[in-house]
Amino acid sequence: MSGSERTAAEKADFKRELTEVVPHLRAFARGLCGRADMADDLVQEALLKAWAAQDRFEPGTSMRAWTFVILRNAYLTDMRRNRFRGEYDELVAERTLTAPAGQEEPIHLSDMHRALLTLPPERREALLLVGAGGFSYEEAANICGCAVGTIKSRVGRARAALNTMLADGDIPQRSIDDSTAHRAILQELDDVAAGNGIAAKD
Amino acid sequence: MTGNGEKGASSAGSGAGTGEGIDRTRSEDRKDKQPGWADGLRQLYDSVVDEPLPDNFKDLLSRLDDMD
Repeated sequence: MSGSERTAAEKADFKRELTEVVPHLRAFARGLCGRADMADDLVQEALLKAWAAQDRFEPGTSMRAWTFVILRNAYLTDMRRNRFRGEYDELVAERTLTAPAGQEEPIHLSDMHRALLTLPPERREALLLVGAGGFSYEEAANICGCAVGTIKSRVGRARAALNTMLADGDIPQRSIDDSTAHRAILQELDDVAAGNGIAAKD
Repeated sequence: MTGNGEKGASSAGSGAGTGEGIDRTRSEDRKDKQPGWADGLRQLYDSVVDEPLPDNFKDLLSRLDDMD
């Protein structure tokens, strides 16, 4: 560890890059856990962890991907501690998305977000990474520590679920407070965490 | 705020010749006809990216140098 001490210039570079990805971390966290205040707490936690682990960052690689792994791990840990209950931000409901071409009714950001939050966590994060964050399947697979095919399958299932929900305007309330549902979510999280290996190891 | 480095890099993975810069996921989506909400998903994400950074983040970032 002491052999790889960073110079002041390297630290400055790290900090600049870290600062640049903060808005992306906030966006990813908001999509993962729904509530803006909790998402921001999560990002702050991830930033501190990233700073503490900066010697493990390889300069020239993607800071966004690297910090997303840290954020994701913090999220999974907090989820298991039952901090997030899939609530969504009511303030978001005030905002409306612009109508996509060829579609008469604009999609409401709140519907979109609520639909997203009904997805199982591993599909939600896959869709967020690829469909919103713009990561390639390969990059998303690295972030989640799983196979590319797994990511493709998760994204495909997430898209199919959203297609159904948003087309029908029928977004089920996933009963997150229900203990059975909650156990199922925790089981899903364990599965997600189990495939954590490669990129997430620290 | 842009994540230029990453966005440029991620286009390499999408394969399609049209997928450069910010549009690369779009080119992937097009393959199986992009649903209307796909733009909404990006808007959801981008709306947060474009938010001004709250002060507590600025505070945290400025405090980082003191922690080693």
